[in-house]
Amino acid sequence: MAKHRGRGIASVNYPIGMNLGGDPSQALVHSNPSGKFTVSLSSIDLGQGMKSVTRQICAETLGVPVEDVYVDTADSDTGPHCMGSFASRGTHRVGNAVMAAAKEARGVMMEAAAEELEVNAADLDTDGRGNIHVKGAPHRSISTKDVAIAAQFKQGKTISGRGIFLVPLSEVNPETGEMSPATCYAHACLVAEVEVDDETGEVAMVRMDSAYELGRALNPRLVEQQLVGGAWMGISHALFETPEPYYPDPAHGPRDFVEYLMPGPGDICPHDIAVLERPAADGPFGAKGPGEMCANPVLPAVANAIFNAVGVRMDELPITPEKVLRAIKAQGGARPQARR
Amino acid sequence: MTKTPLQFRHNGRDVALFVDGGVNLLVALRELIGDMTPKFGCGQGGCGACSVLIDGELHLSCLTLAETVNGRAVETLDGLKDGPNLHPLQRAFMEQFAAQCGYCTPGMLMAAKALLDRNPSPTRAEVVEAISGNICRCTGYEPIINAVLAAATSGRARA
Ligand code: FES
Ligand code: FES
Repeated sequence: MAKHRGRGIASVNYPIGMNLGGDPSQALVHSNPSGKFTVSLSSIDLGQGMKSVTRQICAETLGVPVEDVYVDTADSDTGPHCMGSFASRGTHRVGNAVMAAAKEARGVMMEAAAEELEVNAADLDTDGRGNIHVKGAPHRSISTKDVAIAAQFKQGKTISGRGIFLVPLSEVNPETGEMSPATCYAHACLVAEVEVDDETGEVAMVRMDSAYELGRALNPRLVEQQLVGGAWMGISHALFETPEPYYPDPAHGPRDFVEYLMPGPGDICPHDIAVLERPAADGPFGAKGPGEMCANPVLPAVANAIFNAVGVRMDELPITPEKVLRAIKAQGGARPQARR
Repeated sequence: MTKTPLQFRHNGRDVALFVDGGVNLLVALRELIGDMTPKFGCGQGGCGACSVLIDGELHLSCLTLAETVNGRAVETLDGLKDGPNLHPLQRAFMEQFAAQCGYCTPGMLMAAKALLDRNPSPTRAEVVEAISGNICRCTGYEPIINAVLAAATSGRARA
């Protein structure tokens, strides 16, 4: 009876977004009399950072400070349509929609500023700190707040913009099965090291090393947060979680957190992450998105590591101690493979 | 149903209310006092989202009969900050990105406070142990553990 260490690797090629009848998201941007901007969405931020990243994208496109942008989202009564926060599509689809809306709003803002400064809008630029000035003549400037006030109270203009980003449905070629379901792909590679106890069948995580390529990381801290948390969820799917019971009868399914297992703080392991940035041609500022891909490579890497440790091929999730023990028994004992 | 009168200190303030027999502390706090910081996660002791301190000790409010806190002091996340100033643990949670959806955060903060109150210089293993009754679905725990350790360090630096 012994504990065996093993290492496994997995790589993922992950499509951003989905392809069910077309994949659109919309955004609206408008200025308030205070010179601040509101982005209206109905996309959901459940902690992954949708509000932060759309706020950054809007501010950058408008050319105003990020503090001057407020994102109002998650209510489909007041926000324009969004397909939803899933399929790693948020940053890419919603981000592009926000960018389009902010571009249109910026156009109106520059026209309104041009009228106030009595110059051509094409000769104006933003300084990113809340001012619009004549190119090459920074002293000839007006604050975005004064432009917003002038637009609304003098010129009778709404500084606003509409944006939609649509990846149209890709039909499947009935002859070849060919299609283009996504416009860009993110990538990941992860090495997992595990320790398998051949007496109990328990699998303990020892460490993970990974590289994720997700286009431009618009908010590196949020990306890291996604990757760290997502990998944990991958461990959870690989080794713990299942809505399916251990027996065929659904009545035996888990009903609560005592029966539906998830790793606790003692079950995680050190994880070293490298983020590689290869901007996507059609991403907002080159972003693709971390999303679901954070979790995906962990599952096959863990299964491969278990094979490396004890020589059993686990092809059903989650890989519970019971399944590992049965497999080890069926092959007549642990058969550690060559260390990789 | 008969109601039981109940008095206790809630984040340093005296409260008096009537509770139905069998009502748990989580319901009393949220529905009768209006303190929404303890969260309902499971109602059966499995997740830690409802964690509060009773006389300085960590308890699951969903498993605590409201009547049992009569005359005692209950602390919730709502009492953690000092006026406009966030508690060092709250600041550390922000700096370490230790919350995503935030549902576990109130319970994590109370579990962490209970730890630092009795052990201002915990090891990593002691932090893990202290929050092991709290489930987090989002962060992978790592940033939470780092935040508690960072808050402990900043507390020692001030002391
Ligand atoms: S709600 Fe109390 S432990 Fe889950
Ligand atoms: S931050 Fe979502 S459960 Fe912990």
